[in-house]
Amino acid sequence: MKSKDGIGASFKMFIRDFFFLVVILGGFATLAFNLVPPKHGFDQAYTTPSIYHQGDFLQTVNLVDSSFEKAWSKGFLKAADEAGDLAIARRIALGLMGTIPSLEEIRRIESLPEGKRITWWIDQVLHDQRFADYLGERLTRAFVGTEDGPFILFRRRKFKTWLSEQIIANVPYDQMVREIISSEGIWTENPSTNFITVTAQKDKSNQPDPVRLAGRVTRAFLGLRLDCAQCHDHPFAPWKQSDFESFSAFFGQTHIGFRGVYDGAGEYSIDDKRKGVKRTISPKVAFSQDLLPENGTLRGRLSKWVTDPHNKYFSQAAVNRIWAILCGVPMVSPVDNLEADSNVPEALKIMAEDFASHGYDLGRLIRIMVSTKIYRSQSMSKNDDFESAERAWAQFPLTRLRPEQVAGAILQAASISTINADSHIITRLLRLGEQNDFISRYGDNGDDEFDGRGGTIPQRLVMMNGKLVSEKTKGGPFSATTRIHWLAFGDEMSIEAVYLAALTRRPSREEFAYFEDEIKDKTRDRGQIIQDIFWALINSTEFSWNH
Amino acid sequence: MESLTRRTYLKTTATLAGSSWLTPVGQWLARAADGDAPGALPMKNSAQSVIVLWLQGGPSQLETFDPHPNSVIAGGTTKIATAVKELFLADGFEGLAEEMKSVSLIRSMVSREGDHERGTYALKTGFRPDPTVVHPSIGAVACHELPIGQAEIPRHVSILSSVWPSRGGYLGDKYDAFQMTDPAGPVPDTQSHVSPERQKSRLKSLETVERAFAKGRTKRVEETLQAITTNAALKMMTSEQLKAFNVSLEPQSIQNMYGNTPFGRGCLAARRLVESGVRCVEVTLNGWDTHANNHQLCRANLKVLDPAFSGLIRDLRQRDMLHKTLVLCMGEFGRTPSINPAGGRDHWPGGFSMALAGGGIHGGRVIGATDPEGKAEVKDPVRVADLHATVFQALGIDYDKLNQTPIGRTVKFSEGKPVPGLLDA
Repeated sequence: MKSKDGIGASFKMFIRDFFFLVVILGGFATLAFNLVPPKHGFDQAYTTPSIYHQGDFLQTVNLVDSSFEKAWSKGFLKAADEAGDLAIARRIALGLMGTIPSLEEIRRIESLPEGKRITWWIDQVLHDQRFADYLGERLTRAFVGTEDGPFILFRRRKFKTWLSEQIIANVPYDQMVREIISSEGIWTENPSTNFITVTAQKDKSNQPDPVRLAGRVTRAFLGLRLDCAQCHDHPFAPWKQSDFESFSAFFGQTHIGFRGVYDGAGEYSIDDKRKGVKRTISPKVAFSQDLLPENGTLRGRLSKWVTDPHNKYFSQAAVNRIWAILCGVPMVSPVDNLEADSNVPEALKIMAEDFASHGYDLGRLIRIMVSTKIYRSQSMSKNDDFESAERAWAQFPLTRLRPEQVAGAILQAASISTINADSHIITRLLRLGEQNDFISRYGDNGDDEFDGRGGTIPQRLVMMNGKLVSEKTKGGPFSATTRIHWLAFGDEMSIEAVYLAALTRRPSREEFAYFEDEIKDKTRDRGQIIQDIFWALINSTEFSWNH
Repeated sequence: MESLTRRTYLKTTATLAGSSWLTPVGQWLARAADGDAPGALPMKNSAQSVIVLWLQGGPSQLETFDPHPNSVIAGGTTKIATAVKELFLADGFEGLAEEMKSVSLIRSMVSREGDHERGTYALKTGFRPDPTVVHPSIGAVACHELPIGQAEIPRHVSILSSVWPSRGGYLGDKYDAFQMTDPAGPVPDTQSHVSPERQKSRLKSLETVERAFAKGRTKRVEETLQAITTNAALKMMTSEQLKAFNVSLEPQSIQNMYGNTPFGRGCLAARRLVESGVRCVEVTLNGWDTHANNHQLCRANLKVLDPAFSGLIRDLRQRDMLHKTLVLCMGEFGRTPSINPAGGRDHWPGGFSMALAGGGIHGGRVIGATDPEGKAEVKDPVRVADLHATVFQALGIDYDKLNQTPIGRTVKFSEGKPVPGLLDA
């Protein structure tokens, strides 16, 4: 019995090794191509899109830059030096796609002449499904929250997919928001209506909640916390409790029925708990009454008022949020706290005006942001007071990455070739499952997206000992450590490849010297040494913080 | 040490930031303060730890601590006698009934939050949700205010956490509860996958990478808490105290006493953790959002809650730990006196119950009462803030103390006043 089993096992082993060899050899050419710098670059014919040459594009970027420069000189702050192309490419990938550039992508970026690299990368990203999916998820959080919401009546995933489709098609942002606020129909067929159905109230025969809707509209689309006035008159802002009540009344005729969300008739009334009576409230906006159209459904009129180019809160709120998604911190914090005009920096206003006057084009807005001096500066300080330098945007801020960004980065770092929408379906499924498990262990902040929190002990535990990292660093035909071990020629290139794959940079001289000593240690297994370097890089502050 | 007032002492430890609770220096400071400066710590007789049994979903007061049998609102729920004369519990609490001499009830809790998330926030922090500040939960305040002790494991733990576990709020993320699942398994991710030699070389490599990154951003990198949390995690991985999580080390009879359920094991782990110096453990029992089939669901929940809760009280009492351990059992709100067409009860923050025991709380007392017809206002209402003031007083924490939030607002630990009759004579 024993020997038979042994033969069977060794045959299996042989088959497995054979397969492994085929995979390795078969992929050798293409893999080696990704690992080593290409001799002939790609996309040499690439020309920068015309948008960058338009006068008003450059003008906006310059205005933003000089407004920051003014703030720096006022605070006697020295601006940080410019960051390298790869550091910027990493930020872009994390902010817009929730992952880091693959080694394959790094090689392509570096094959371009300096000066064209970032514009090329941004072009790639804005047309990448990963961008649409990721930004779609981030905006979904802001618009309908993170919870599953009422069963049957709410389909969060449908809403997110719909948003992603709008994003990849570069649908103007105002058009998207008008549809979200005012559309009718069944939540499964017309996913934007989930914005309404998420507030369905179980105890009120599944009718939407005007108060919550009004709160969402003001926070998510206007960056205002009008809903604070729900319970009391606002201490700083000019609006009162009655303003919020009349704002909610715009949703007073919105109903959910057999054919989904529809606008009907009816008056909006609330229970006045203090007086013990029912009061009827008529719809009214708290400011800029002249922008409210005369005709249409209540929701339709409200959606036009919200997205009117003269409603500065709308564009400012969008700019503040997109900036926060790109940089990890909003310009005005909390992200939905734009009410005091004195809090809003000049740079935000300039970008908001550009956004409103150029058809609410998210692609243009992102290109402008990424072109600014601050976005391209290092996260290192030349100032003693790091905090005030970060506050004045004299350097790029250091912020904690979100769990899905860390998971995305681990998976990408371990793969060398790009994991994107075109990747093999199994790789993607693997990614989804592993990612969800990791995220729940790493800890999600829920709706508080930009709360500037520090790291936690469970996070360190899951990074040091967790399943995802240990499996991704282990050998296996799909993992970067094996590929680097087998394919990278020589120690120097191996160390460099691990650094590029995990940290999107090359090792410093000190780091290189240290790891060269390690890798030359003949008493240890070379594959294990590479795994250990990889582990150290993934467990570094640099890996799990945006910088 | 005489001149070191409690306030400045806390300030010094606070400036040492999170590191203080794990570095030997911090421990020594704490122990020194504990032993050598009797005047500095006025809570020698106070509770040392808190265990919160969190009933997520909003438990029905009528099927737990406040039965009104033979009334329209009862829906068939009956009452049982307890060790305390004239004190009745709902049918299904047979185990707890025997321990009622150690347990008191508040039957007149009133909150203004009828939403799960907002209600949870209110009961866990003592404040209504506020867009400009996140308040710390009881456990976070206890960790912040009470001496550090010798814990090598997190001092604030949440077992079987709901989506809204206890948080550090404005006191800082380092006071967030450490979350873990059913203690039947090992504490997740505390085992290294490589040999000690390899682990050592990995950590040395990590130092090299950290050094390179810290250049030009030393202070900011410190603020990420990465180094502190890494060290804490490493310390925890090798700590003997990790055994506190391992309930299988308890005799089988004790394990059985708590009930062989995830929640029961959570309560047993809570006792073990408190024994090793953990300040606050929150154990969550989900499933109280009984909009339909309220009575059946409550019944099933009690089968889990009763042995665990009563087992915990008995165990603490037998080990002479009850007087230093405050136990709270509560959820985010109660449920309507009326029964809906689905046989359920809906959210009801206007008069609900909670139980508390140990930590200097008198046993066998009842505060407040609700109307047997579910119509009149509650008698002797207790606001959520008052409950928190009571808890802090039991822990010897100055609940009136003013604290600075990150945006410079001053906030007290509790805006309430201790409930008369629970701690005083």
